[in-house]
Amino acid sequence: MEQEKNLVIEKIKERFPGAVKNVYSFRGEWTAVVDKKSIVDICKFLKETPELDFSFLVDLTALDFPDRDIPFEVVYILYSISQSKRIFVKVNVGVDDLVVPSLTCLWESANWAEREVYDMFGIKFSGHPNLKRLLMPEDFEGYPLRKEFPINGEEL
Amino acid sequence: MFLQDEMILEMGPQHPSTHGVLRLTLRLKGETILDVDPKIGYLHRGIEKIAERLMYTQFQPYTDRLDYISAPANNLAYVQSVEKLLGIDVTPRAKFIRVILSELARISSHLVWLATHALDLGAMSMFLYCFRERELVLDLIEIYCGARLTTSCMEIGGVRNDLNQEFIDKLNDFIKMFPDKIQDYENLLTKNRIWLKRTKGIGIITAEQAVNYGLTGPALRGSGVKYDVRKAQPYAAYDQIDFEVPIGMVGDVYDRYLVRMEEMRQSNKIIRQALEKLPEGAIKIQDSRITRPNKADLSTSMEALIQYCYLIMEGIIPPKGEVYSSVEVPKGELGFYIYSDGTSKPYRMKIRTPSFFNVAILPFMSKGAMIADMVAFIASIDIVLGEIDR
Repeated sequence: MEQEKNLVIEKIKERFPGAVKNVYSFRGEWTAVVDKKSIVDICKFLKETPELDFSFLVDLTALDFPDRDIPFEVVYILYSISQSKRIFVKVNVGVDDLVVPSLTCLWESANWAEREVYDMFGIKFSGHPNLKRLLMPEDFEGYPLRKEFPINGEEL
Repeated sequence: MFLQDEMILEMGPQHPSTHGVLRLTLRLKGETILDVDPKIGYLHRGIEKIAERLMYTQFQPYTDRLDYISAPANNLAYVQSVEKLLGIDVTPRAKFIRVILSELARISSHLVWLATHALDLGAMSMFLYCFRERELVLDLIEIYCGARLTTSCMEIGGVRNDLNQEFIDKLNDFIKMFPDKIQDYENLLTKNRIWLKRTKGIGIITAEQAVNYGLTGPALRGSGVKYDVRKAQPYAAYDQIDFEVPIGMVGDVYDRYLVRMEEMRQSNKIIRQALEKLPEGAIKIQDSRITRPNKADLSTSMEALIQYCYLIMEGIIPPKGEVYSSVEVPKGELGFYIYSDGTSKPYRMKIRTPSFFNVAILPFMSKGAMIADMVAFIASIDIVLGEIDR
């Protein structure tokens, strides 16, 4: 366990007690795993607090770990142009509840990124204005970037 | 199809000015655009899924095929993210060679953009002039690595080849000649009345909207936001080089044109400095777990042969962890998010491509605009479908 703490994550912990479930760092980049319910509030706080100013949603993607109890992780990469700082925020998504609150109310860039995650992983975003497949055809079955998706041409 | 006085028009996927297989569904009222729905995915190859099956070194040729007109810049983005994952730093000479190659890619990409942008708006001769100079850039890249478009010229831990004298001589000729050529292009366009009428005051994006839509590169800087990865988080040798980041004032199509023209001049300046400051030394780090041994050693040294075979069969094995690393490619910020589970293949790789986010602003830009301006909007955000669909 590293002794060093990240000031941004400390501020999130202070503002939203109990919402931050796990914190870790690798190669100088910090990740905060937060509660799914408070993701919109946390991102709003990060975006709109002047001294943090994470105004730029760099990317939004997902990871699939079929062996875990809660298999999916949605990753948000936020960047502050004024502070030149980057932070990763993650939420865990279980199979029984494949819905994450949408960030389209904060960033327009979340619109297509969330559609892509829906297209590739089947994770739904509540409050998204137009949650349709983006890259795959609309009648396509299955979610290609899940680990269970066959890659050698066999049937689903 | 007519809905009273509205008309649905499908533009693309095989339309000459959509710059690739982009399909736009336009809802028109007369000549005014009411709504645009961009449809992408015609070039979807599942590169991110392919990455999960390949070793880190094997994946590099796929990065050439993202933004296929600036392959060296994509290679740089990829190898830097793997190097960050491994926690290594490359040699000073490799850093400068990387800068030279990625700036050549920027010039080449901006020339293609200018050629097609001008062609779309009816300035046919610009196309010929720009491709004439782009040919010289491609010749240089060919001298360096033997390939013109799909270069794979970087390597994890360094660059593939050293610069030879022919390359340096021809590059010196090119950077002496190129500023005059940019001046020629500007003489033809910058104060041209038709050009001004076709580009000024249309497709305006404010700074706040640009950030909100996640724009990067000249599309963002045209709106006056001074964000360039080369300055914000300097990589390779950009911290040792003096250059300016041009920004626009209004955020219209004309401003994005001016920003890219100035960027070509700055790229030329960067290459000149990099050539002057080019340090001596190795072009690859010497680490048998990451870079291959010299080919000459293979016939004389048993250890080198074992290392070589081990590296080819087992691959590079990074530690567990996740990184995101980005570089400023001609179109904007290209980032690789890699999640490693400690094996020789990435567990998940997400490629954050600039064009993917830039093209999503089209509906916003074109609402209420005239249909004739649509081609100017598409060209001004400079998209490549290879990296949108991945």
